[in-house]
Amino acid sequence: MKNNLTREEKRIAWADHAALGPYSLWALLFILVPLVFVAYYAFTDNSFNFTLENIQRFFTATSSMAQDDGSMREVRTYLVIFWRSLKLAIISTIICLVLAYPLAYIMARAEAKVQKTFMTIIMIPMWMNFLIRTYAWMTILQDTGILNNFLTALHLPAVHIIGTEAAVVIGMVYDYFPYMVLPLYSIMAKMDIKLIEAARDLGCSNAGVLRRVIWPLSLPGVINGITMVLIPSISTFYISQKLGDGKFFLIGDAIEGQYVANNLHFAAAMAFILMVVLLVCMGLMRVLTNRHMEGGV
Amino acid sequence: MKKIIELKNITKSFDGEQPVLKNINLDIYDNEFLTLLGPSGCGKTTLLRLIGGFEAPNEGDVIFLGERINNMPPHKRNVNTVFQKYALFPHLNVFENVAFPLREKKLPKDEIETRVREMLSLVALNGFEKRSVTRLSGGQQQRVAIARALVAHPRVLLLDEPLGALDLKLRKDMQVELKKIQKQTGITFIFVTHDQEEALSMSDTVVVMSEGKIHQIGTPVDIYNEPVNAFVADFIGESNILDGVMLSDYKVRFSGQVFECLDKGFGKNEPVDVVVRPEDVDIVPLEQGQLTGVVTSVTFMGVHYEIIVDVSGFKWMIQTTDFVDVDETIGIQLEPDAIHIMKKSEYSDLYGDYSSFSNELDELSDAEAEEDEA
Repeated sequence: MKNNLTREEKRIAWADHAALGPYSLWALLFILVPLVFVAYYAFTDNSFNFTLENIQRFFTATSSMAQDDGSMREVRTYLVIFWRSLKLAIISTIICLVLAYPLAYIMARAEAKVQKTFMTIIMIPMWMNFLIRTYAWMTILQDTGILNNFLTALHLPAVHIIGTEAAVVIGMVYDYFPYMVLPLYSIMAKMDIKLIEAARDLGCSNAGVLRRVIWPLSLPGVINGITMVLIPSISTFYISQKLGDGKFFLIGDAIEGQYVANNLHFAAAMAFILMVVLLVCMGLMRVLTNRHMEGGV
Repeated sequence: MKKIIELKNITKSFDGEQPVLKNINLDIYDNEFLTLLGPSGCGKTTLLRLIGGFEAPNEGDVIFLGERINNMPPHKRNVNTVFQKYALFPHLNVFENVAFPLREKKLPKDEIETRVREMLSLVALNGFEKRSVTRLSGGQQQRVAIARALVAHPRVLLLDEPLGALDLKLRKDMQVELKKIQKQTGITFIFVTHDQEEALSMSDTVVVMSEGKIHQIGTPVDIYNEPVNAFVADFIGESNILDGVMLSDYKVRFSGQVFECLDKGFGKNEPVDVVVRPEDVDIVPLEQGQLTGVVTSVTFMGVHYEIIVDVSGFKWMIQTTDFVDVDETIGIQLEPDAIHIMKKSEYSDLYGDYSSFSNELDELSDAEAEEDEA
């Protein structure tokens, strides 16, 4: 009898493994193997001998760059680019969070019908190609574009946006906004309304409820949203070329440029460094929130 | 005794639907353990939420210590709630859950420390301070919820079916403990339940509700012995409810026989409802019985047997410690104090016959009702 049982258990365990098989294979082929290749290329030269040259080049390559006052200065090319990418990505992420948080809260508390409508409105732009969306923003933001025509019609002064960092940030916020709303919305929809009532019962005003209950409970969603917006916006390339008039070369553009120029090893090195930096950031964030969740106030 | 809460002519409906509360009047006194008792959907939880400040009445007034508080938000009321599923904050440990209202008041650190520890020892949870609330048993979570609701010393504690999720044994223990805590703290408890046994064993005052109305307010003994109508008689405990005619004071006829009773003040030949509790029926030898009947079922309940007896078509429930067998013909005798007379009401004829009775069915319908509520 006992023998039978274990045989049955073995059979189930084997079936479980078999069912997981295709997914494991998929993950291996399309996630793990490419990552290994990136690392392999990053640490090898054109004849596939081990080298740290590509990594070093990222940190040491210099070029002269125009400063705000018009003078030229020698700078570490890729560190400047990397820093600029990080800055714009962080700004975009913060704007997304500030816009999405109240929206997600309102959606989660609204009637089912309203929730669905909002969701559709948020999702529709995602059905359109990313290039077309970016081109659309070009026609809106151009000096003679829709926005300025509108402002002129209202006898307001025209604004120059295209080709500024603001234009790049607008593009990124627009493209990645749904990735911030969705995780926030899903965690807030799951939040027990009784917890909010309990907090009010125990003496919290609306601000107190937000600060002491809703915010801490929504933190996992905030982290997911940040991850899903920060990572694509830090490595984005096309938006900066089109909306930034090519003036704001980002790390994604640099990787693309090296790749197109067939400098696969250096492109891989940059991608590798970016990946490591992002992993460290995410790890830090998770540790911090875990501590927050465990440690209470 | 001092009135602490007065509910005056309260009517409440949601989105223009049928009112869930209809013209409710209720006075609640200081230091009282008051239970709102009724089946699912009777409006008892809504009534509690009106006192807690989560709903406002459409008509009527909620008066707290002489002050009208209809639209005062919950955080300004000196009232705290123990929620049905506890609603503990999962991101905070036991200590911080209990300290929550004190931190909101920005009390000094050492005072918070003292008061939280005091509360935790009141609910016998010393040593659990650092424990995550998600790693507590149902009973422990319950205690944390009670400590959290009491730590700010409210004048009134509202308890919304707090024992519903606990198993029977734990529930009995918590009933005793809640009663003890109420005595110790002297805080007014307003307790909502659909469990009549719970209501009878814990309360100073029981308020029986159904369909948004209050049927009866009284002590547990009054409610049990002197139910005002067939609904109350049926809902509180088991009852045989029969059609009768009041012949004169102290004389009633039902089941084709005339019985002596202790009730008076009814009109001559007034139709009435007659309530006989199953434990008040005496089984006697056939020839001594005022009524005779055939036993149709016998269920062993531990302390007693619950038997169903067919007396010329009407099924009586009788609780007895004597064993009788199925198909046996027995005699029934009723003492005058076993008979309680009620005026006819809209609930007459709806309850009281055990012809379709089954314990199992009873539990099934309870479970359905609970799901409806959730």
